[in-house]
Amino acid sequence: MSTSITPTLELRGLEVAYTVRGIDRQVLRDVSFSIAPGEAYGLVGESGCGKSTAAFAAMRYLPRNGKITGGSILFEGKDIVDIGEEDVAQLRRSAISMVYQNPATALNPTIRIGKQIAEVFELDGASKSDALAMAQAALTKVQISDPAQVMRRYAHQLSGGMAQRVVIAMALASNPRLLVMDEPTTGLDATVEAEVLDLVRELRRDTGTAVLFISHNLGVIRNMCDRVGVLYAGALVEQGATADLFNNPSHPYTVGLLRCIPRGGLHKSTDRLDTIPGTPPALGTHFDGCVFAARCALADDKCRTELPQMVTISGAHVARCFHSDKASSMPRSVEQIEIQSTPTHHLANVGESLLDVSHLSKVFTQDGHRIRVINDVSLSLGVGETLGLVGESGSGKTTIAKLVLGLVVPEEGGVIKLDGKGLAKTLNRRDVQDVGAMQIVFQNPDQALNRRHSVTRIVSRAVERLRGFSAQSSIERAHELLLGMRVEATLHGARPVQLSGGLKQRVAIARAFAGAPQIVLCDEPTSALDVSVQAAILNLLVDLQKQDKTSFIFISHDLGVVRYISDRIAVLYLGRVVEFGASQRVFNGPFHPYTEALLSSVPNIDGSIRKRIPLTGVVPSPSNPPSGCVLNPRCPRKVGSGYESMCESEEPNLNEVEPGHFMRCHIPMAKLKQLQS
Amino acid sequence: MTDKTAKQAQQTELSERLAVLKKNKAFIVGASILAFWVFSAIFGKLIARYDQDFMDYEAVNSAPSLKYWFGTDQSGRDVYSRVIVGSRIIIVISFLATLLGAFIGASLGLIAGYLKGRFDMVLMRILEAISAIPVIIIALLAVAAIGRSSSIITILIIGLIFTPNVARTVRAAVLGESELEYVAAAKLRTEKTGHILFREVLPNVLPTLIVEFTVRLGYAIFAVATLSFLGAGLEAGSPDWGTQVADTWSLIFTNIWWPTLFPSLAIASIAVSINLISDALLEVFEL
Repeated sequence: MSTSITPTLELRGLEVAYTVRGIDRQVLRDVSFSIAPGEAYGLVGESGCGKSTAAFAAMRYLPRNGKITGGSILFEGKDIVDIGEEDVAQLRRSAISMVYQNPATALNPTIRIGKQIAEVFELDGASKSDALAMAQAALTKVQISDPAQVMRRYAHQLSGGMAQRVVIAMALASNPRLLVMDEPTTGLDATVEAEVLDLVRELRRDTGTAVLFISHNLGVIRNMCDRVGVLYAGALVEQGATADLFNNPSHPYTVGLLRCIPRGGLHKSTDRLDTIPGTPPALGTHFDGCVFAARCALADDKCRTELPQMVTISGAHVARCFHSDKASSMPRSVEQIEIQSTPTHHLANVGESLLDVSHLSKVFTQDGHRIRVINDVSLSLGVGETLGLVGESGSGKTTIAKLVLGLVVPEEGGVIKLDGKGLAKTLNRRDVQDVGAMQIVFQNPDQALNRRHSVTRIVSRAVERLRGFSAQSSIERAHELLLGMRVEATLHGARPVQLSGGLKQRVAIARAFAGAPQIVLCDEPTSALDVSVQAAILNLLVDLQKQDKTSFIFISHDLGVVRYISDRIAVLYLGRVVEFGASQRVFNGPFHPYTEALLSSVPNIDGSIRKRIPLTGVVPSPSNPPSGCVLNPRCPRKVGSGYESMCESEEPNLNEVEPGHFMRCHIPMAKLKQLQS
Repeated sequence: MTDKTAKQAQQTELSERLAVLKKNKAFIVGASILAFWVFSAIFGKLIARYDQDFMDYEAVNSAPSLKYWFGTDQSGRDVYSRVIVGSRIIIVISFLATLLGAFIGASLGLIAGYLKGRFDMVLMRILEAISAIPVIIIALLAVAAIGRSSSIITILIIGLIFTPNVARTVRAAVLGESELEYVAAAKLRTEKTGHILFREVLPNVLPTLIVEFTVRLGYAIFAVATLSFLGAGLEAGSPDWGTQVADTWSLIFTNIWWPTLFPSLAIASIAVSINLISDALLEVFEL
């Protein structure tokens, strides 16, 4: 780094410890990095590695039991480790802003959004009415639909994506010199994520704001940051310019992380995802040697006993490893899972039609307005297949899952057929077989598992109810299932709170499989998990599918994951299926204009530059959908297609454009192909 | 083996909370005072120095002394012994009344919060109407109607009056819980509503209920004391604190303060102790 410019933020040998139950547990070990004005520095690593702690320390905002035990934090050259509360407050008011991980807790639930944002401007001396106008402008800047209306809402009335946009609007309000972003786009849709990232990029370019960007998403980091640091167990294990680090990862942990990701082109039928064996060390573990030695394929005695120092790979690219030269050629780690065989209930052949959903609609009534959230959705799913549901938040993915399960009652005319047999619309009128045949793995295992019940009970009760087993044999079957999901016997008596996120999700999967289901709906099952855990869960799901011919409906906003696991894809927009077909068809094009935009907004892990097809404007409210094709105001292909007037006046049907490939678009296939080439 | 680990898991969470609780100063003070009164409620006769109804005609209205620690009242009865023995009545009645209110309130709150809709609306309006009636007025009307005071009536009235508060607190907790996906998961294994309410949701709102119980218990102590002070709470002649205060307060004007002060202090101390405990519980269980 050049020494002539004072870095905006510099950490020198920072050590942070948390006092838990009277013992100091070290969470950051000798962390040093600096961020120049206008630079974006990315910190990556799995949860619990100290990313957020580094951010909190930089803002002098450690929790009460956290303390800085060594090193220094320099903000624009001034050490802020020992400055007083007043100076810290001043710093946060005018110089450093933070965007938190969880927008739901970052917003005050009792104050209307507009007033909450206006407060930031009022602190800067704006009058009440000016502040409100500025707040509305700030909301418009973060691409929120109908800002005037959002101003009057409370935090709980916003979707996760909208709430995070509000938080970002608030953080940007004070024109900070350092913006700390802690997983800012983790809960957002790909298109919104791309727009928010563009916004942050713009801000950096215009104002020279330095950004400390924390994310577990390597694709986002790759596209956002100039330099990257990889944290593991509180230690910086590798650091370098983004391209150097991604093209030539030189620490085994970085290599492992990159290999876990379901990258473009990988598919469950041919490729198994790598995982990182073992689990991250507990908080405050003491290490004699390398922090990663216990999980590293290259580790030898030296690694376990001697602390490696940073070695230079090339220029500013450094790695804390004795074997950095061998890291990129490290042997692959592909876990083979031995699953105890369960009786096969599904005698049908793979691909045979299993679930048929036709003309499903759902209207919610809110404040007297009728909101058509699902509009004439028809889908089909074969035995042993995975149907991926993709679309932005609010497109109705989860509602479709609930309709299929019977948790939400569809409007008249909707038909759900399982194995050719029509199902009752409400759950309590379905018989036990039908209920057990379709189960769900929810996104958030913390909410989906009753925290007062033991792991065994959570699974065994489902076995008891759905299979009619006796209490004792239910418990035995639950243990079998849990072991099959690789939840060790010692954990069967534990309560969910004592398990890691990945283990909790395995318990949830075990519960879903308790009734020997034919279809398991997975609603964002891995979006709360680290990539290495995600890889293991995806491998597990694929194995279960191969073994039992279980079908999945897989809902995810992560197109890489959906692409990896799905055989068919349904792309949803505003409660409508806009494209439906075999996975390869949908992903390889020609695309529906919406699919095209969605795919192009995914940050690329391989760093290849791809032209982003932007969706202009904002997602319209389902209570007042645009006339004609619902996508038309935002459609990237409408103008110049020659079908403009039709797009604006007439809603297209879901047409079969080639065998097994359906599209809801007026523009003919050939024309799309030509436009997209 | 797994049952054992399950128990251990529950114990670790609980024992961690309890360890924090044991260090909480408010809890220590509150629990010590309450323990003293519960002890005297059970073994009152053993630690009382005289029979509570024994009248020493030689020492009517005598000031606190070594013989009569808290002095004697206008009938020459030992105030100390009466305060100690009187604790049983107030504790038992308050506890039973609160238990009744908590039981009915929790059941109604669970059902209302889970079913929502019209049942919830109608029930909550009725409960609001009940909570609008002052407890003292109801009690006095009941005494007037029956013609005498009775501890059973007191329990029923206080229990009824507390029902809306408990129901409202539990309902609010249940509203949040029933949105969580473990409830949907229970529906997806064909659980009956009763099971979902009492086996799935109730354990998760139990900490809230326990704290609400202690808060209500504090109020119940005051309510019972007030009613017996007004002569509407208990059978006449019982050595109850409220009755003692009622019988003796006019003596204050003749400088005979002890028969009034000590029962009053007793009421205050037990009410404060319960409030300290409920505050500590609120803090430790992060409610």
